[in-house]
Amino acid sequence: EVFLPEEARGATPVDFLQQLPSYQSALRRRATAGTQDRRAASQDPAGLRAAEGHGLQQEGDEVAARPAREHPLTIAEKRRLRYCQQADIKYLSGWKQWKRTSSKSLKKVLSEVKELSSYLELWRHDIHSIEGKFGTGIQSYFSFLRFLVLLNFIIFILMFGLVTLPSIISKYGMFNSSFAKIPPKNVEPHCTVYEPSGNKGLVYFYTYLKDLLSGTGFLEVTVLFYGYYTIDAEWISIQKYNLPLAYLLATFGYLALSLVWIIKRSVGGFKQNLVHNKDPFQSYCNKVFAGWDFCITDPNAARLKHRSLQYELQTDLEEERLKRKIADRTTKEKLRIYSLRIFINIIVIAVLSGCFYSIYRATVFSQENSNVSIRHDDVSNMNFQANLLVQYLPSMVITLANFIAPQIFSFLIRFEDYSPAFEIRLTLMRCVFVRLANIGVLLFSLWSQISYCATDKCNACGYNYELYPCWESEVGQEMYKLMIFDFIIILAVILFVDFPRMLLVTHCSCKPVQWCGLQEFGISDNVLEIIYGQTICWIGTFFSPLLPAIATIKYFIIFYIKKISLIHTRKPAARPIRASSSNFFFLVVLLIGLLLAFIPLGISIAHIPSSKACGPFRNFNTSWAVVPHTIDGFPTGLRQVLYGIASEAFAVPFFMVICLIMFYFIALAGAHKRVVEQLREQLVMVRFDPLFCSPKV
Amino acid sequence: TGEAEAARAAMGGSASLLPREALGEYQELTFLSKQEILLAYKRFSELLPKEERENACSARVPKSQILTLPELRANPFQHRICRVFSTSGNGDDSMSFEDFLDMLSVFSDSATSDVKSHYAFRIFDFDDDGTLDRKDLEKLVNCLTGQGEESRLSHAEMEQLIQNILEESDIDKDGTINLSEFQHVVSRSPDFTRYSVLQ
Repeated sequence: EVFLPEEARGATPVDFLQQLPSYQSALRRRATAGTQDRRAASQDPAGLRAAEGHGLQQEGDEVAARPAREHPLTIAEKRRLRYCQQADIKYLSGWKQWKRTSSKSLKKVLSEVKELSSYLELWRHDIHSIEGKFGTGIQSYFSFLRFLVLLNFIIFILMFGLVTLPSIISKYGMFNSSFAKIPPKNVEPHCTVYEPSGNKGLVYFYTYLKDLLSGTGFLEVTVLFYGYYTIDAEWISIQKYNLPLAYLLATFGYLALSLVWIIKRSVGGFKQNLVHNKDPFQSYCNKVFAGWDFCITDPNAARLKHRSLQYELQTDLEEERLKRKIADRTTKEKLRIYSLRIFINIIVIAVLSGCFYSIYRATVFSQENSNVSIRHDDVSNMNFQANLLVQYLPSMVITLANFIAPQIFSFLIRFEDYSPAFEIRLTLMRCVFVRLANIGVLLFSLWSQISYCATDKCNACGYNYELYPCWESEVGQEMYKLMIFDFIIILAVILFVDFPRMLLVTHCSCKPVQWCGLQEFGISDNVLEIIYGQTICWIGTFFSPLLPAIATIKYFIIFYIKKISLIHTRKPAARPIRASSSNFFFLVVLLIGLLLAFIPLGISIAHIPSSKACGPFRNFNTSWAVVPHTIDGFPTGLRQVLYGIASEAFAVPFFMVICLIMFYFIALAGAHKRVVEQLREQLVMVRFDPLFCSPKV
Repeated sequence: TGEAEAARAAMGGSASLLPREALGEYQELTFLSKQEILLAYKRFSELLPKEERENACSARVPKSQILTLPELRANPFQHRICRVFSTSGNGDDSMSFEDFLDMLSVFSDSATSDVKSHYAFRIFDFDDDGTLDRKDLEKLVNCLTGQGEESRLSHAEMEQLIQNILEESDIDKDGTINLSEFQHVVSRSPDFTRYSVLQ
């Protein structure tokens, strides 16, 4: 018989496996004595010494043998291995001995530092306990929330340190500081009139409440909004500080920081996507070999996990059968399904247009009526509640649209006959689009109001100076109202919907109530909610520099409220979302939100004329104009370099070089894939090739 | 005696019982931190009857006691875990303190993926023959979906599932998964290191 004993046959495929690119890169990270030695060591403890010696010989002069604990052996065997390693150290030269001991002590120090720093992590214990009780899918939502709290806090520190603090210092004359307000030149005087009402004299108590909720009145003149920063230059004990430039650069800074941080966090999931040629998050091996969540300690949670694993596997198998069925469809059926899908997509677009139009009308109505009563001091026109209602009308319409549209989408998708996984993804994408586009429509309608100019006087300013002398503060107020309303809605839903429902289900045992049951913790809905809030924060921070602080406090409170709601009023989801795929999905949607936030900010900064009556950009045409102005003040050489970088002569070759680099990496990835395929084929052939079947010496 | 025990309890118990050189040695030989090793010692001695707690380091705890731990109680692989980590020669799957430490070390946060996948392979290898064949995979899937008739997959579904798994991971197409293939497929699995952590 040509066929050989088990061990040798098992040994030869291993050599080919070692040539796979993924294995090579893992090898590069650690010096190893080779898989054969490890296998020999694990199966034959007495051969340890031989294995280690062989390993050392193989490496030649290399020092880094693996530490004992990385070998998969029992403690007694590891002790013996360590003894052998230490005995062998005597045979190494002094330099290598010192290298080994120093690397060991360095590793010890690093592990101590890591242990200490893990105590500083926010909410470590809370997220730990959530993971134990509810699994890693829901835990990823709370980790995401923690990430947003930290991000908002850092953005707040950035804006506060660069913009708010210097303004406060110079306004109150601390540290020998002074400021200068340069009168605007080349501007019609009527554009520069801005008198925020503040609160003069005796006012009713509810005025303060109204101001707090809508950002008008006494809040309008505080640090919270753009209008406060009407300083052109400051001197903090003889050092000149260019506030307009700092304001603009801080804005770019926080956007860049968010972008880099999110990309860094999502790189891990993206790498998996690129290396795998199949869909990595749905592969069967991942579900079976890494299926059981070892954190689960509760028998109830274990039972649920069993059921969800069974459901997941059955759904995947069914989906595969469905895919085969779809491939067998006739042309007539295909035509029918495609026309049905086109029809349903038209309905979806109609629903979206309905939402956008209602938001537009609500914004216009709200702006017209609140302006009438506030600008002309016509308080008697409306009472307190009606005024507040009108102020919050856009927010209410947006929240309503965000609630209704997803229900409609999940109803419609059933008719489109997609596979279940694709159904979920498409519905999610549509919901994401609705939420983010609603903010865009709100801003668009605001701008159409702001830049609507009927008279010549108005055209001279470039924006509607009568109604919006300080339009950036207006936009800031709208963003502030959106954020406050979002927070109120989250609290209200938990207090007035979830808790009564839980009480009803626990205490009332009639059939329909029990059939309704508790609601599941919908991870995607919750995540979309907080991403919507974060997008508002990103857009609004330019107009209201303290908004990130409000966002930090808001998410901080939401963490605890959601945790309590989860523990007491929710039942775990029947349909599981895997932690790895959900992490990547959250970050991709967050990135989409950030990129969508660039658009309104870009238009505000570069296109719309800045208001001439308030803010640090009074003396410039647009907010962006401060950058060319500063560059003009640089020495000639530097100025020419900067202009050169911005010109076409530099941009086109730069773009071509970037394309070349990208093509190189794509070709490299393709070449690696081909190598993998070839090696796989070779492995199969090796089994039957008599040349390779000869026993190794 | 009563006063000695009270004194030990007052001092926090375990710290004074586990000798320092042993603590340092265990820190080097496992992936556990000092706190984790002391906590493990405390929990291990609680599993022993009172008389044997003095020399907990050399005592063996029977399998039935180990299975009362909350981490293992709800785990469908509890029997395999005890079998794999136990070094008792007479096959009764009892665990000594060092076996217990080994188990916690492999399932800790800082264990390398290499070590985790090696032990996972041994846990999944129900017949201990060094490879995962169709019968092992079938038992594995049944463990995952739960005991009980209604929670098992149908025969056709099981066949389809095992066929898919072998297609994805059996590189040399011999119908079984050996250690290298298992480690290769698990190294690209994004969930493996996250889920294989005991707290």
